[in-house]
Amino acid sequence: MTRFAPVANVRLQNITKQFDGVTAVENIDLEIADGEFMILLGPSGCGKSTLLRMIAGLEDPTEGDVWIGDTLVTDILPKERDVAMVFQSYALYPHKTVLANIEFPLKVRKVDKAQRAGEARVAAGLLGLSEYLNRKPGQLSGGQRQRVALARAIVRKPAVFCMDEPLSNLDAKLRGETRAELIALHQRLATTFVYVTHDQIEAMTMGTRIAVMSRGHIEQVGTPHEVYDKPASVFVAGFVGTPPMNVLPVGSLEPGQHLVGVRPEHLEITADGPLAMEVTLVEQLGHEVLVTGKVGDTRVVVRQPVHTVSPAIGDTVHLDADEPNRHRFNAVTEKRVDV
Amino acid sequence: MTARRSAALRRRTWRESGLALVMLGPSAVILVGFVFYPLIKAVFLGRQRCGVRGCRTTGWDQYIDAFRSNEFQDALIVTLKYALITVPIGLALGVALAVLADKYLRGMSIFRTIFSSTVATSVAVASVMWFFLLDPNVGFVSDALHSWFPVLKTPGLLQDENTALWAVSMSSIWANLGFTFIVVTAGLQSVPKDLYESAYVDGAGGFMRFTNVTLPMISPTLLFASVVLLSRAFQSFGDIELLTGGGPKSNTTTVTYLAFGKGLPTAGDDGLRSTVSILLFFVLLILALVQFRGLEKRVHYGN
Repeated sequence: MTRFAPVANVRLQNITKQFDGVTAVENIDLEIADGEFMILLGPSGCGKSTLLRMIAGLEDPTEGDVWIGDTLVTDILPKERDVAMVFQSYALYPHKTVLANIEFPLKVRKVDKAQRAGEARVAAGLLGLSEYLNRKPGQLSGGQRQRVALARAIVRKPAVFCMDEPLSNLDAKLRGETRAELIALHQRLATTFVYVTHDQIEAMTMGTRIAVMSRGHIEQVGTPHEVYDKPASVFVAGFVGTPPMNVLPVGSLEPGQHLVGVRPEHLEITADGPLAMEVTLVEQLGHEVLVTGKVGDTRVVVRQPVHTVSPAIGDTVHLDADEPNRHRFNAVTEKRVDV
Repeated sequence: MTARRSAALRRRTWRESGLALVMLGPSAVILVGFVFYPLIKAVFLGRQRCGVRGCRTTGWDQYIDAFRSNEFQDALIVTLKYALITVPIGLALGVALAVLADKYLRGMSIFRTIFSSTVATSVAVASVMWFFLLDPNVGFVSDALHSWFPVLKTPGLLQDENTALWAVSMSSIWANLGFTFIVVTAGLQSVPKDLYESAYVDGAGGFMRFTNVTLPMISPTLLFASVVLLSRAFQSFGDIELLTGGGPKSNTTTVTYLAFGKGLPTAGDDGLRSTVSILLFFVLLILALVQFRGLEKRVHYGN
């Protein structure tokens, strides 16, 4: 593994951003370690893109500081931050060839012609673009354009890569392939990636850590495993995992004052389970069966292996879950409670 | 059977083409009556000389003679100068104002209104306004600036042989600025914001963003504006008539003004006027072809 870029951890200290009085992100503290693949995950409008744009220098925080490495960059222009950004739209220059697009960041830095062409070719080669160098972006497929955008980012050898939903414009198959390539690219470059997405599958598969955001706040920061196995709040429990974790009403599965969360794969249908559910839908997905039903007003999903006998629609089944698979949340704050 | 069917088909086709002719009729009448007939008539009139006692035919050579005449050559040179002054300066000012309004005065819609207001000003009003502003005796501009530029008073910007064309150009640039501003503003607003942001993160300063993003992205708009401005420059008449009347000493007599002919050899001679008009038609035709052929290669029309 060759070192491609300078050491760069990113530190966000007490960041608040307001747009015309509307608070987009509030009091955010986040440490992104050098070489980490950090995912900012959340629904649209949660402030994840705003946070990324503040790292890149496209927005100034209303309060708080941004550090990259040992440098306070809050008031520093993007070009002095050593940050590259990949946009959802790719933002390629449609009038320039692929080569000229990739060269552009070096041209801005007044690197001499021969050297920048050489480096652009290396970056293009890394992403399998060597045969398309003389084409215009309009003559490329979506996936190829996305690679050009990546090549343009890596040609600068930046300390930090910022990516704003770079896979959203690709079709499902290509998205899967590109995910794997991004993981490989991260391994090869061994530099810091900050990646914004609303897609929890991207987050789970690519991130070394995930920051789950909601309404301008970070709900939880942790490895994909931590976020999945120990969700810090009802929001995280419901956002990560497909289908999401069932959050059962207080007192339904067990006595007490807490909401109880159980993932669909951890709910078992047993004859004497404490939770009675009326089955409303049975979906055969080939590798598994999803049984959906109602407990009071709450929709509950149970994931079953294929070869078990599934209940029929209209049946009432009884559910139970083992103790390690029960997640308890405060009924008011909706935060995790570990007993 | 087949014969009957094909006869029916023929009847229907005939009926339909009859209907088509009826539908096309009105526009055909207008085109033929007001465009084609006058054009052809002018082509034939262009081989005649006319006076008070009627017209006499001199032949097709009249086109060649008129083209070679000093009057036409001078007028063509004046027209080219006029176009070379008004188009680039007008375009540059329009782009500058549009960028200014787009980047720095955003939200201050009052500037948009001011900059685009000249669109709603007729050539006559604009010309009369400039005529009074530049009047050597009572003009505001002449009064205010004559100590730095004595030419404003003696003989006056519109009256001096060296400055008259520039003065008319200034009025024309001003009158066309609103149009250029609106068109370029629309072009600027269609440039994706991501492109600027991407260039900004990559370290491009204002000038590099302008040359690498703004200009290429609005190039189709610029081509359109330049074609319109150039054809306006070649057909410009009202401002010249009102500001200088082609003078002093034919220094502002453009080809269009020559075709009008007040105080010129073409005056009162419909034949010669037609000759000049048809020559102008060919000049404009060649110009338009050159413009599209030459500029289109440099223009980027998106994906």
